[in-house]
Amino acid sequence: MSGKLLEVKNLKQYFPIKTGLFETTPLKAVDDVSFSIEKGETLGLVGESGCGKTTVGRSLLHLYRPTGGEIYYDGKPVNAKNIESYRKDMQMVFQDPYSSLNPRMTVGDIIGEPLDIHRLYSNKQERKEKIEYLLDLVGLSSEHATRYAHEFSGGQRQRIGIARALAVDPKFIVCDEPVSALDVSIQAQIINTFEDLQIKLGIAYLFIAHDLLIVQHMSRRIAVMYLGKLVELANADELCEHPVHPYSVSLMSAVPVPDPKMARSRRRIVLEGDVPSPLRMPSGCAFRTRCRYATEKCAEATPPLTDRGGEHFVACWNA
Amino acid sequence: MKDTLLNVKDLQTAFFTDSGVVRAVNGVSFNLEKGKVLGIVGESGSGKSVTAYSILRILVDPGKVVGGEVFFKGEDVLKYSKREIRSLRGEKISIIFQDPMTSLNPVYTVGNQLMETIMLHTDRNRSEARQRAIEMLTLVGVNDPEKRVKQYPHELSGGMRQRVMIAMALACEPDILIADEPTTALDVTIQAQILELMQELQKKLGMAIIIITHDLGVIADMCDEIIVMYAGRICERGTSDEIFYNPKHEYTKGLLRSIPKLGMGHIRLKPIGGSPVDLLNMPKGCAFASRCDRAMKICLTNQPDEIAIGPEHMAACWMNVKAVYDEAADSGNKQGGDDK
Ligand SMILES: Nc1ncnc2c1ncn2[C@@H]1O[C@H](COP(=O)(O)OP(=O)(O)OP(=O)(O)O)[C@@H](O)[C@H]1O
Ligand SMILES: Nc1ncnc2c1ncn2[C@@H]1O[C@H](COP(=O)(O)OP(=O)(O)OP(=O)(O)O)[C@@H](O)[C@H]1O
Ligand code: SF4
Ligand SMILES: [Mg+2]
Ligand SMILES: [Mg+2]
Repeated sequence: MSGKLLEVKNLKQYFPIKTGLFETTPLKAVDDVSFSIEKGETLGLVGESGCGKTTVGRSLLHLYRPTGGEIYYDGKPVNAKNIESYRKDMQMVFQDPYSSLNPRMTVGDIIGEPLDIHRLYSNKQERKEKIEYLLDLVGLSSEHATRYAHEFSGGQRQRIGIARALAVDPKFIVCDEPVSALDVSIQAQIINTFEDLQIKLGIAYLFIAHDLLIVQHMSRRIAVMYLGKLVELANADELCEHPVHPYSVSLMSAVPVPDPKMARSRRRIVLEGDVPSPLRMPSGCAFRTRCRYATEKCAEATPPLTDRGGEHFVACWNA
Repeated sequence: MKDTLLNVKDLQTAFFTDSGVVRAVNGVSFNLEKGKVLGIVGESGSGKSVTAYSILRILVDPGKVVGGEVFFKGEDVLKYSKREIRSLRGEKISIIFQDPMTSLNPVYTVGNQLMETIMLHTDRNRSEARQRAIEMLTLVGVNDPEKRVKQYPHELSGGMRQRVMIAMALACEPDILIADEPTTALDVTIQAQILELMQELQKKLGMAIIIITHDLGVIADMCDEIIVMYAGRICERGTSDEIFYNPKHEYTKGLLRSIPKLGMGHIRLKPIGGSPVDLLNMPKGCAFASRCDRAMKICLTNQPDEIAIGPEHMAACWMNVKAVYDEAADSGNKQGGDDK
C-alpha cells in the first residue's frame, strides 16, 4: 500500500433547479459520497447515465463548488481558498475529443498553454522541449506541434488532450469517458497509453466509462453509483464476477460480452421501469422502485455502505 | 428451402467530392434470409452505413450507387420508381438511425409522428392510427403510452426516444429492420432492454434484422451471421461462432485482439497499428496490407478474392491460400513479421 492520495468524505453536490416561479428544488446530483484513491491506483466509476459520475469528477477538482463534504489531497484539506495550488496536481481528460480542443490553436500551443499558466519553463527552448517530450510520451511526433487539432483523427486528438493534462505533471487525473467516442482499435491504443503513463509516472486515475469490460481492464477497484449515491465498492474482478447490490447484479448481467457462447448461456436481468427523477427521489433506498427485493424497510431508511468482508462495500438492506 | 428476402450483389457506391471520388463501398455482396439476424462490424468509415443507405436509396449528394444490384424478394430495388421506393421504405424495410434526435421532429408530438408514419404506409384512418401508435408504444415498453403520445421528443429520456424510434420503425411490421448503431448512445441497462425487445419482436413477427455496430458484445449477443467490413469491402463473413472462434482475416483477428475479454485477467490490449486507408487513393492489393503484420509481397499487388474457409465462412485474405502462403514462406518474401 502506498497510501491515500485523495480522500473524499461525504461529498455533496446539489444544483438548484427552478421548479416554479419563485421556488427552487435542489437536484442532488451527488449525495453523501465517500471514497479514497491511493497513489498510482485506478478507481473505476460506473453507473447509469445521469447518476452523477461526471459531477463527482468535477466536484473533486473544484470545477464546481461542492455543496458539502471534505476533500483531502495527500492528507491536507482542499478547499475553495487553496484549490489553485492543487490545480497542477489534479487534471481532467474529457469525453469528447472533438469539442474539447480549440480548433484555432496549434497542437503545440494547446499543450503549451498549461505550461504558460503555471510558468513551468524558463525560456522558449525549454518550452519547446517540454512540448516535444509530452508529444512523444503519448505517442505523437514532434512535427505534430505546428499543426491544428482539426487535422487529427479522434484517437490522435484524445492523445493531444492527454498530453495537455500531463503538461503540468499531475499526480491524479479524472478520465471522463476518455474512449467512448473512439473506434475499438483506437480505444486499445489510448487504454495502453494510460496504463504506460501510470507505470512510468505513478499517476492515479478516476476512470469513468460505460464500457464495463474496459473499466474492469483498467481498474484495481470499481465503484458503482446509482442516483447520486455509491451503492457498491470493491476490487474490480470481485465486483464484476460477484456483484452483490441488486443494481450492480443487473448491470453486470446486462454487459454485452464479445463471446457468443457465453452470451447464449447467460440471462440478462432487465430492469423494469425508468430511473426516478433526481428531483423526486424515492424515500429510503433510491433503487427500491426498480428493485425485485425491495421490502418495507427499504422505503423507510437509506441503507448505509457497509463492508461485507474483504473491503467489499455494499449499500443494501437485503443483499 | 431458404427464404431469401434481400440479395445484394456487387454493390458499389461512391461520393463524387471536390477532392476526388471517394469509393465508400466497393463490391459488397450478401444475402439475408427471413427471421435471421445479420451483424455488420468494421472500422469507422468502412462503409457500413453507406451500404445500408444504398439499399434504401437514401444516399445524400454527392453519393451515388455506381454498380451492382439489390434485390428485395426478387425485385431490383435500384430500378424502382420513386413511388415504389417510398412504399419499400418504412413498409417493408425500416431503418433505425443512430441518433434518435436527428430522425424525430422536435416540433411534433411523438404520437403525431407515429400516426403520420402509420397513415402514410397503411390505409388506417386517424383514430385507427392513434390506436396503433399506442399499441406500438406499449409493445416497445414505453409506460403511460396514452400520455406519451402527447409529449414532444425533448420531453423524453434518451432510452425512451430510442424506443419511440423503434416503435416507428416497427409500426408497419416490416420484413427487414436495419438498426444502425441502435444502442451506442445508451447506457448498459437501457441497451439491454432494447436488445431484449428487438429479439422478442424478431421471434414474434419473424422479421429479419441487420445490426450495424462497432460493439462486438452486441454482435456476439444478437447475430446469427456476421459481416466484417474493411475499406468498403467485406473482408470476412461467417456464422457468429466462426468469426469469434475461428477468424481468418488479419483485420478480424486484430479487431478481436484489441478488446478486453472477460476473465482474461489484465492482459495488455493489442491495438491495430497504422492508420485507415485513404478511400481517395485505394491501394492496389489488399486494403489492409499496410497495417498487416503478416502481409506478403502478393498482398501489396493483388487483391485477394473471397476464399471459402467452410460452408458458412469466407475470408478475403491471401493467408488462406495455401499455395500462396507456402511459396511466400519458402522464398522468405514475407513483408512483416515485426510486432507493431
Ligand atoms: N450544471 C448542472 N446544473 C444542473 N443539473 C446538473 C448539472 N450538471 C449535472 N446535472 C444533473 O446532475 C445529474 C448527474 O449528472 P452527471 O452529468 O454527473 O451524470 P453522469 O453520471 O456523468 O451521466 P452520463 O453517463 O450520461 O455522462 C443529472 O441529473 C444531471 O441532469
Ligand atoms: N457525404 C459524404 N461525402 C463524402 N464522403 C462520404 C460522405 N458520406 C460518407 N462518406 C465516406 O464514405 C465512407 C463510408 O462511410 P460510412 O458512414 O458508411 O462509414 P461507417 O462504416 O458507417 O462508419 P462509422 O462506424 O463511423 O459509422 C467514409 O470513409 C466516409 O468518409
Ligand atoms: S435496499 Fe432494498 S430496495 Fe435497495 S437494493 Fe437493497 S433490497 Fe433493493
Ligand atoms: Mg458523464
Ligand atoms: Mg455508420
